[in-house]
Amino acid sequence: MADETKDPIIQTVNLCKDYGEVHAVDHLNLQVHPGEVFGLLGPNGAGKTTTTLMLLGLTEPTSGHAFINGLNCTRHSLEVKNLVGYLPDNVGFYPAMTGRDNLIFSGMMNGLSEADAGKRAARELERVGMTYAADRNAGTYSRGMRQRLGIADVLMKDPKVIIMDEPTAGIDPEGVRAMTVLIRNLALEEHITLLISSHDLYQVQRISDRVGIFVHGKMIACGKVQDLGRQLQNEGLYMFDFTAEKNGEKEWSPEFQQKIREIPDVTIVGRKVDGSIHVEAKRDILLELQKLMVEQGIAVREMHQTGGDLDEIYRKYFEKAEEEEEGGKSNGRSGQNAGGEEADRPVGLKAKLAAVRSRRKK
Amino acid sequence: MHVLYRKELSDHINSTRCQILYFMLALVCFIALYGAEQTLAQSASQTSDGTTTVSKFMFLLLFTTSGSNIYSISTFLGFLGPVFGIMLGFDAINEEIAQGTLNRLAAQPIWRDTIIISKFLAGATFIFLTVFSIGGLVTGIGMIGTGLVPSGEEVARILFYLLMASIYICTWMALAELFSVTCRHAATSALSSIAIWLFLTMFMSLLASGIAGMVYPTGQSVQGQMNTLANYNLQVGLNRISPYYLFSEVTTILMNPNVRSTNLVSILQSSDSAIASYLTLGQSLLQIIPHIVVMFAEMIAFFAAAYISFMRKEIRA
Repeated sequence: MADETKDPIIQTVNLCKDYGEVHAVDHLNLQVHPGEVFGLLGPNGAGKTTTTLMLLGLTEPTSGHAFINGLNCTRHSLEVKNLVGYLPDNVGFYPAMTGRDNLIFSGMMNGLSEADAGKRAARELERVGMTYAADRNAGTYSRGMRQRLGIADVLMKDPKVIIMDEPTAGIDPEGVRAMTVLIRNLALEEHITLLISSHDLYQVQRISDRVGIFVHGKMIACGKVQDLGRQLQNEGLYMFDFTAEKNGEKEWSPEFQQKIREIPDVTIVGRKVDGSIHVEAKRDILLELQKLMVEQGIAVREMHQTGGDLDEIYRKYFEKAEEEEEGGKSNGRSGQNAGGEEADRPVGLKAKLAAVRSRRKK
Repeated sequence: MHVLYRKELSDHINSTRCQILYFMLALVCFIALYGAEQTLAQSASQTSDGTTTVSKFMFLLLFTTSGSNIYSISTFLGFLGPVFGIMLGFDAINEEIAQGTLNRLAAQPIWRDTIIISKFLAGATFIFLTVFSIGGLVTGIGMIGTGLVPSGEEVARILFYLLMASIYICTWMALAELFSVTCRHAATSALSSIAIWLFLTMFMSLLASGIAGMVYPTGQSVQGQMNTLANYNLQVGLNRISPYYLFSEVTTILMNPNVRSTNLVSILQSSDSAIASYLTLGQSLLQIIPHIVVMFAEMIAFFAAAYISFMRKEIRA
C-alpha cells in the first residue's frame, strides 16, 4: 500500500513558523510516502493546523520549505492546491445553498463544467452516503453530515493528497466509525495519500500507517504505532494497570504503595481517576507484583500490561517534551496530564526518556 | 474567477437583505419623486404669470427638488447610498470565516485575491444594477407623471449622475469590505463602517470649520479679514475628504447647470450678477473632474487597503 521506494509525496525541510516569540512549528522534517495514511498527533496548539496550512500554501513559513509532489507549496500554491484536497477543522458550507450545489460550486472552481460537476457531485454524495440529504440546504446539516459532505467536497477535485484537520472531532461514535471506514477506503481503493491531524489517539491508531507525535511545534517521535511502543519497552519501560481489592474495597493504603515501591526498579506508582493502579518499572516485574499482592491478601482484577497502546506512547512522549521544556524543575508535580493519574515522579524518568530521544535521532 | 463572481452576484440578488434594501431605496425614490412633482407643479403654476423664468432643465429638477415634507431624490441617494454600500460589504469576508467556508474556498486552486476581487466586482455590479434601474424607473415615471420629455443633454446628465452615484456607493462598499477583513465579527465591522459614515456625513463639516477656525482665525482685525479666504479654502478642502460632501457637490454641478463653480466664486457670482446662462455638459464636467477623481481614488484606496489586509491575513479555522 504505502510505497516507500518512491520519493515522498509530502516533504518538509526544516519548516519553521513563528508567531512573534512563539515557535508554532519548529524545524519540522516530515516525509510522507505515496499511498500512506499519516497521522499527525498532538495536543491542541501543538502546531498541527499551522503545518497543514503551510502545506497548502495558505500560510507562509518563516523559514524552511514544504513540498508536495515535488512542488514548493509556497511558490506553486495553485498547482499544489490542484492536487491537494483540504478538509478543515469544522468545515463550513454556504448555508443558503443545497449540499449538492455546494459541491457543484466546488467542482466548478476546480475547472469542471457545470454538467460534469453535477455528475461528479452525485457520485461523491453516494460514496459518503449523503444522497438522501443532498437537496436540503447545507445550513440544516448536523456536524457529522457537514463532515461527510466535506469529504465529498474534497473528492470533487480528484485529489492525489488529502489533508484532514480533526476529521472526527465532535462526531458521535457511530459517525466516527463510518468516517474511519470511509477514510481507510480512500487510501485502499483510490490510493490517495492522507495526512490526518488529530488529537484523537484511538482513531489515529486505527487508520494510520504511521504517526508523528507533535509537541510545541516539534515532531518528537515518528513511526509505526507498534514500533513506537516497542521502542519505549526496549528502553526499559514496562507499564502495568490493575485494580486491587481488599475485602471488596479498592486498596490504596500508604503501606501498600510503599510495598510496591520497594520492588526493585519500580519508577512510578500512581492511581488513575477510576481507582485503578498504574505502575511503571524498568523491567518486567509482573511476578513480583502478583506475589506481593497474594501475600497482602489483595485480590487483583483486570491486570494488564500496557505499552503497545498509543495512549501510553503519546503520554510518555508528551510528558518527556514537557519536562524538557520545564527543565525538570517540577519533578514531583501531581499529574493533570493525559492519564489523569496522581503519580509520584521520581527523578530519572527524564534522563531515561531523553535517552529514548537520542537513540531515535540515530 | 467568473464562477465565484457569478455565485456572489446571485447571492446578492437572492438575499433577502438586498431585496429589502432595493425596495426601500426604490420606494423612497418614488415618494421623493412624487414630492418633487408636487413642488414643481406649484412653482410652474406660479411661473405661468410670467414673473419668474422656467428652468430650461425642468426635468433635472425632478431629481433635486424636494417636496413639502420629503427630501429630494438626490438627497436620499447621498444619504441612503452609503447604507446600501455598507450593507453589501460589511460581512463580505468575516461572514465566510464565521461559516467556515473561507479556508475551504482558499484551498481551492484559485489565487487568493480572486476571492476579494470577485466579491467587490459582484457588489459593484449589484450597485450599478440597482442605481441604474431605479434611476431609469424614476425617469420613466417622471416622464409619464409630468409629461416632460428630457432633452439629450438632460439624459446625458442623468446618466453621468447615476454613474457618479454608483461610484459613490461603491466607495462605501469598499470601506465596509475593509472593515469586514479587519474585524472578526460582522457586527463590529458594520458598526465601524456606520460610525465612519455618520462621522463623515454629519460631523465632518463641524470638524472642518473648527480646524479652519483654529488655523486661520477670522474676525474684525485686519489679519482676521485677510484670513477669510484661507479659512474658507481650508474648510472646504477638509470637507472634501468626505465622499458625502464630494458627492453632494457633484450632484449640484451635474443636476443644476446654473452652478458654475464649487469654489468661493460660486458665492460671489450670485452677488456679482453674472450673465444668466447655463453651463454646457462639458463645462459642468470640467468643474467636477477633480471631485470624480478624488472619489474614485478614495474607492480605490479603500479597496486597496481591504485587498492588502486580506492578502496578508492568516486564513485559518
